[in-house]
Amino acid sequence: MERIDKLYGIGTVFSSPDGIIKAAAEVSGKGYSEFDVNTPYPVHGMDNAMRMKPSKLGYITLIFGLSGAVFALLFMFWAMTRDYPMVIGGKPFFALPAFIPVTFEVTVLLATLSTVIGMIAFFFNFPSNSHPLHETEYMKKVSLDKFGIFIRSDDPQFNEDEIRTLYQNLGGEGIEKIYFPAKADIPLFDPKFITFLAVIAVTASAFTYIALNKLLYMPPYDFMVEQEKLIPQEKSDIFSDNIGMRTPVKGTVARGFVPYPYSGIPSPAEVLTNPLIPTKEILEIGGKRFNIYCSPCHGYYADGDSRLRGQFPNPPSLHSERGRDMADGMIYHIITNGQNIMPSYASQINRDERWAIVHYIRVLQRAKNATSADIEAIKKDTANAQ
Amino acid sequence: MLNNNLIKKELPPAMIKLGWILLSVGFIFIIAGFATDYQRAIFNYLLVYIFILSIGIGALFLVAIEYVAGAEWSTPLRRIIEFYASLIPLLIILAIPLLFSLHDLFHWSHPEAVAGDEILKGKSPYLNSTFFIIRTAAILLIWTLFWFLIIRNSEKQDKTSDQKLTKKNITLSAVFIPVFAITVTITSIDWLMSLEPHWFSTIFGVYFFSGSVIGALAAITLGAVTLKEKGYLHPRITNDHYFSLGALLFAFINFWGYIAFSQYMLIWYADLPEENFWFLSRWQGGWEYISILLIVVHFVVPYSALLSQPSKMNPKRLKFISIWILIAHLFDLYWLILPNLYKNGFSISWIEFAFPIFAAGFIIVLFNYLAARKNLIPIGDPKLEKGLNFHL
Repeated sequence: MERIDKLYGIGTVFSSPDGIIKAAAEVSGKGYSEFDVNTPYPVHGMDNAMRMKPSKLGYITLIFGLSGAVFALLFMFWAMTRDYPMVIGGKPFFALPAFIPVTFEVTVLLATLSTVIGMIAFFFNFPSNSHPLHETEYMKKVSLDKFGIFIRSDDPQFNEDEIRTLYQNLGGEGIEKIYFPAKADIPLFDPKFITFLAVIAVTASAFTYIALNKLLYMPPYDFMVEQEKLIPQEKSDIFSDNIGMRTPVKGTVARGFVPYPYSGIPSPAEVLTNPLIPTKEILEIGGKRFNIYCSPCHGYYADGDSRLRGQFPNPPSLHSERGRDMADGMIYHIITNGQNIMPSYASQINRDERWAIVHYIRVLQRAKNATSADIEAIKKDTANAQ
Repeated sequence: MLNNNLIKKELPPAMIKLGWILLSVGFIFIIAGFATDYQRAIFNYLLVYIFILSIGIGALFLVAIEYVAGAEWSTPLRRIIEFYASLIPLLIILAIPLLFSLHDLFHWSHPEAVAGDEILKGKSPYLNSTFFIIRTAAILLIWTLFWFLIIRNSEKQDKTSDQKLTKKNITLSAVFIPVFAITVTITSIDWLMSLEPHWFSTIFGVYFFSGSVIGALAAITLGAVTLKEKGYLHPRITNDHYFSLGALLFAFINFWGYIAFSQYMLIWYADLPEENFWFLSRWQGGWEYISILLIVVHFVVPYSALLSQPSKMNPKRLKFISIWILIAHLFDLYWLILPNLYKNGFSISWIEFAFPIFAAGFIIVLFNYLAARKNLIPIGDPKLEKGLNFHL
């Protein structure tokens, strides 16, 4: 590295950790403050010998760690009780024991990140990426097997002759004067550095691509992809027709399945009667199901006023004469099997709920075509209730 | 060479007096306790027995860890740790009253109760009085054997300065540590978990282990700081040594919190009736305040107190914290043991305060006795010089 004629400092090296401890204690004892020690590994007792004050870095860690804990707890409090409350495992919304592991993780994450970033920002002279000691004989020695001490020229007591005598008395091996480099920083966009980054990026992406897209599909790593089980619509060699998805054996039904034997019958209403009594609870269930499954096309009041804005043809109103005269069993049959463009709702709505919907439709029809006698009856009921 | 009067010394008369006073007062209290409420007294006797056991076995574990890890910093303090480990042979005598009162302590020891209970019937091949006494005796004998061999080698070295003895102790320690892991788990299951024989927790042994190491470390710190204050320890044992003790204490306080929380969270999350009733019985009738207090006393306060570097370096603060932690360890055992007797509601009486006095007196008297007769520093240990030179 090119150097200019400006002295940065004077350094010397020792060949044992005891030597450097003694030297550091002597140098700091003489009142020097602008000095540093460079060793190939951490030497125990160095802080005391250099008379160093405890580092302030711990406060950054503490502050950020505590903010991490508070932030994590507040966030989970807001997310789980205010923004999107969800019952999980029957626990309360603010389930503190379940939040503690996350709080701990966020605390540790923020504490470590802030320590590293704080160290770089406050103690490493960021954004400087170089140091005058780089590429000197001194640095080469102390990063190999020697223990070096170095006094900078900006020390108020700095005097070359005194320091030379001090080093010689301590037994320093060779004294090295180091000058400032011509350029303070190594250029960031150094072609070598950029090439290095590019090689790392390409290697890492290539490896990730191969691992995720090729290696996982190759034996012996394909054990997750290739499992000894049938997935839907897969071919199977076990059966003679090679079809993996099987139909039930003739004459059997699956557990819990209730067959519907009226599909082909022209007038099922004669054999189907509503088994439910229209109580308040049944009508509420019917209303809920109707609003969810029927109202998108039929409308909330069964007027045939679709909310689908012409994506499907509107169904006729259920308040027509045909609709009002239709037997309960027929409505049930239509919901179960579908009619014209309307599909079957048997898989979405269970048997009892379908019957409840039938009751609810009756309520709608009665309400739409109420007579004055009905209104009088309601008035009487309300008066009685009061 | 080491100053001779640092090696062997009568401890100050005040300390000897304190030990005897605590022991005799505690002994009177124990007699009075057994006379007034026998069952409560035997549960409290179990509490102080486990307290003494945890300090003794925790100390022997720390001696073994020092040998296996080749630690140098703790070598000048090892004799103090060994004094506490010498509680182990005395456990055999202390266990006798408990073994005669199994019926008062353990529900499973009543054959008529086991006969009508399918769960206890299934556990009876393990949980029966005969096998229990055999296990207890075997474990105490194994511990005493290891204590005898390790301490004998260590003390022999004071005279011979033979380096081979260190090697022998390393081998012994390496054998002892897995034995310790198994025996301490069995001890915790037998004496503490089986107080509620329907309950089980697979992490319970680790929970007890963490508590016992905390107890031992606090006792060691207290002993070392007290001796240092009175000028009985080597002057080259500095704050760096105390920092290391404090750091270990801090680590194990963390470890205890981690294990205690792991045990709680898994049972809380799964909420299975065969596990959760143990915590539920500690969450009713006033016990819930004790449970919360335990978190504060055993984790929050020592954690905050030990967090900063100066508090680990300052012997005075360290002394206060170690006394606090010893009390917290007693409190932890109280929380583990007493709710099994008072299932319906929180209960505390003078007996809970009186019995630990006996334990404290017992430990101090033994410590004084050993300190007067043995070297306070392992003068023959090859690691001693490095240990005295220890710096952070």
